[in-house]
Amino acid sequence: MRYEAPRSVEEAVTALAGQTGAHVLAGGTDLLVKLRSEMIAPELIVDIKRIAGMREITAEEGGWRIGAAVSGAEMGEHEGLCADWPGVVEAAELIGSTQVQGRATIAGNLCNASPAADSVPAMVAASAVARIAGPEGTRDLAVIDVPQGPGKTALGPGEFITSIFLPPRGARSGDAYLRFIPRTEMDIAVVGCGISLSLDEAGRISGARVALGAVGPKVILVEAAAEALKHRALDAGALDDLATACARAATPIDDKRGTAEFRRHVAGVLARRVAVIAEARAKGDTA
Amino acid sequence: MALDDSKKTREFKVVGTRPDRPDGIDKVTGRARFGADMVAPGMLTGRVLRSPHAHARILRIDTSRAEALPGVKAVVTRADFGAVPAHVADIMENCLAGEKALYDGHAIAAVAAVSASVARQALRLIEVDYEVLPHVTDVDEAMKPDAPVLHEGRQQETVPPGMSGNVISRCEFGHGDIEAGLKQADRVIERTYRTAATHQGYIEPHACLATMTADGQGELWVCTQGHYMVRNTCAAILGMDQGRLRVTASEIGGGFGGKTTVFLEPVALMLARKSGRPVRMVMSRSEVLRATGPTASTSIDVRIGMTKEGRITAGFAELRFQGGAWPGSPVGMGAMSGFAPYDLENVKTVGWDVVTNRPKAAAYRAPGAPMAAFAIESAIDELAHGFGLDPLEVRLMNGADEGTKSSYGPTYPAIGLKATLEAAKSHPHWTAPLGKNQGRGVACGFWFNFGGDTSVSLSVTPDGTVTLTEGNPDIGGSRAAMTMMAAEELGIPYDQVRTVIADTGALGQNEVTHGSRVTFSVGLATIAAARAAKAEMCRRAARVWGIDPDAVEWEDGAARPAGPNAGKFPPMTIRDIAAIAPKTGGPISGHHEVMAEGAGVSFATHMVDVEVDPETGATKILRYTVFQDAGKAVHPSYVEGQFQGGAVQGIGWALNEEYIYGEDGILQNAGFLDYRIPVASDLPMIDTVILEIPNPGHPYGVRGVGETSIVPPLAAIANAVSAAAGVRMTQLPMSPPRVLAAIQAGG
Repeated sequence: MRYEAPRSVEEAVTALAGQTGAHVLAGGTDLLVKLRSEMIAPELIVDIKRIAGMREITAEEGGWRIGAAVSGAEMGEHEGLCADWPGVVEAAELIGSTQVQGRATIAGNLCNASPAADSVPAMVAASAVARIAGPEGTRDLAVIDVPQGPGKTALGPGEFITSIFLPPRGARSGDAYLRFIPRTEMDIAVVGCGISLSLDEAGRISGARVALGAVGPKVILVEAAAEALKHRALDAGALDDLATACARAATPIDDKRGTAEFRRHVAGVLARRVAVIAEARAKGDTA
Repeated sequence: MALDDSKKTREFKVVGTRPDRPDGIDKVTGRARFGADMVAPGMLTGRVLRSPHAHARILRIDTSRAEALPGVKAVVTRADFGAVPAHVADIMENCLAGEKALYDGHAIAAVAAVSASVARQALRLIEVDYEVLPHVTDVDEAMKPDAPVLHEGRQQETVPPGMSGNVISRCEFGHGDIEAGLKQADRVIERTYRTAATHQGYIEPHACLATMTADGQGELWVCTQGHYMVRNTCAAILGMDQGRLRVTASEIGGGFGGKTTVFLEPVALMLARKSGRPVRMVMSRSEVLRATGPTASTSIDVRIGMTKEGRITAGFAELRFQGGAWPGSPVGMGAMSGFAPYDLENVKTVGWDVVTNRPKAAAYRAPGAPMAAFAIESAIDELAHGFGLDPLEVRLMNGADEGTKSSYGPTYPAIGLKATLEAAKSHPHWTAPLGKNQGRGVACGFWFNFGGDTSVSLSVTPDGTVTLTEGNPDIGGSRAAMTMMAAEELGIPYDQVRTVIADTGALGQNEVTHGSRVTFSVGLATIAAARAAKAEMCRRAARVWGIDPDAVEWEDGAARPAGPNAGKFPPMTIRDIAAIAPKTGGPISGHHEVMAEGAGVSFATHMVDVEVDPETGATKILRYTVFQDAGKAVHPSYVEGQFQGGAVQGIGWALNEEYIYGEDGILQNAGFLDYRIPVASDLPMIDTVILEIPNPGHPYGVRGVGETSIVPPLAAIANAVSAAAGVRMTQLPMSPPRVLAAIQAGG
């Protein structure tokens, strides 16, 4: 097994080109676990942490570009990011333990392509875009289009994510993420829900993005939920319609982590709770 | 040994204080050596090939390709061991399968190689032909007459004809007339309860390092609860004299009963014998969960009658425990213990021991008792609430006391059940207000406690400090407790005594660290050994003073003339006597060997508040208080630690922990992600109240405290969740999907 730590995106692309059994290392919190548990036997590991910009959060056109090696803990310490996208940050901060937080990245969380990934529904709700480098050059792909199924992504051979872009946070808007786990931490989402809301001047919902995790083979953007909320105040009726839309959109399975029926129900419960938080944030509540 | 003068309260100087544990620094700085921390020159890595099937006949094992791999030094299968004595036959079968693989993860073969990666490769080169057989993993399914049968010819005479061969034995306990008792009741309830198999969840995986010399002498470094047991078992399996195998216990990262047998050890010794090299084996977490002892899963029917005043007129329980692939589930202890807190005229329990295609159950903290208590304490709670009675008062009304004939036979001496109930009743927790969706539950629990073979030696060094040598791994602060009892008895400071856990070459037979026996039995032997050393020191002083040894007494760490008639001599301290020992008869030591009896039973009452989220079924533990009789708490912090630890393991068992098997008989959650033990943020501070009702069988009144604390939580939490959710929960774990389904069905 070889290990390389290139200093530029170009070097990384070269190292990965044509190499079978190559794995990209950023935080390593999935990769090293797979290595230790003998699920993979890489021939090459390309560590991207030393590439310029990979560990930086930079302002860009009113939004934020988050380098692929930025950890959850670093996101949590970034005031601007926390102010604009608290839902994405709180999702990223749910990944693993305090120790894991010092390493785990949202780009890695996305590439691991687990249906239960915590940061992915929050990123999808935020309309996040992944920047991808590869042998054919650089391209941008909406985060929702990256996962293709459990363990599968839209990344081609030799491609890797260099950053995640979060667009400008509009006026009177807010986001939030909650997950359901049987414990209080150190667990994997049985259902995850990320919502981003924008309000008009009257406090009615002008735009909504509702995303569910762990209730299908990949993250689900619930268009019907967004439609149900549009131009309405977030009252009891709107919340009921939101919950119904989410429960309907969920396509869960029965497994050791919960029954399909339970997951469908909890998808609706979480959506209500997340929407209330997102609305409060849109109204300027910073809690 | 009887309690010292039970009429007056003894003033202790060291016992009852809270000094730092002598092994603490090493453990918090990472210096302590656990099972996997030992190395030897030329050491090989051993690895185990495990069955991917729940039940399969092994038609052929071909190890030739693995043996030919460069770096592989030995491969062993069951064939290498030949016939073994009957008393270790099942253990042998569990360590390496013979004719059949009996569960997912059952060991089939093992290799020793120069590195882990070579060993891993070698395992892939071992060819095994299996004939896959039908399997059964559920206890009730396994009892059906048409269930796949694991073993022929193992059923005992206690089982009526016509039952499945998986039903190994039946046991029965109790007295009185159940039907007559039920007729006196104002209400009789009948319920069926189910509990899932749970694992002890110790943090340290099984690990050992074995060496075998060409002349047949062996050494073993091992993480275990009892290295004497390891020696005796491995010697029997390998056909060695016990004296030729020396076993040293490493520090131990938890056991809870699960390290009271062997898994890797005979295999490591055989690999070492075949390779001529030291062999180290360390299990992964997945191996620990798949192939070492969880406890039994159970199905229990309960029938209890109660008068409207709260008097229990009769109690009956039928308990079905599956204990994995071989006989020996803890159903007998469950059947004995479930009604033990109560003084009942009519009580009967029947237990069935059943085998299934699961790993063999190992002991787990009060084996069998938590499940029985869950069923019986749930039913009592439901009856009490049905009559609008206070559940603590109902338990007090029916509670066992000194002189009560217990449900399992013996008549109790002084016991502490009612003291724990009275303490619970007067505690502020009992009357604290509850909020919306919150509920409070209480339950009682009992454990027998145990004594057993114990051998200790205490020596006075030439400078007058003391070394205490004992043979039980320190799993719960026992070094500190022994040090304290030796210091107390000798009248010297705690820091003048050092306690060493000796290897099997140093002492006589010591029973495994189980049955909450160590502080009681080893403590009792330590006190006796210290008294022997004191008597010898008094003789030495008498010799110096030229007076009769009977005229010398020991007080405050020194020999003194006993009264004015003995003569006027300045006291001789332990240092003074040690310094002149060569001139007065040589080295000074005391030792004691005993088959300890008189381990006093221990009772507890637990109280817990929970909040249930009615939309998700999630349960949060809000407040938890343990009330337990310790007899005499030698080191109160470690007694509290035992109370808290049992409660926490019970919380995991009640809420989330379970072995999940697929239709294919394969364990679905062999890792700590999906086998959910509680994490710190799941728990409130567990409050504790220590009661001290002296055990008549120990000089200081000590009772074992390690196990009773896991007996009440399952029921206490079920009672609290049922109150909070408004629906009676009868199946564990009370995981969110199950609680939500119950709420939705109930509403």
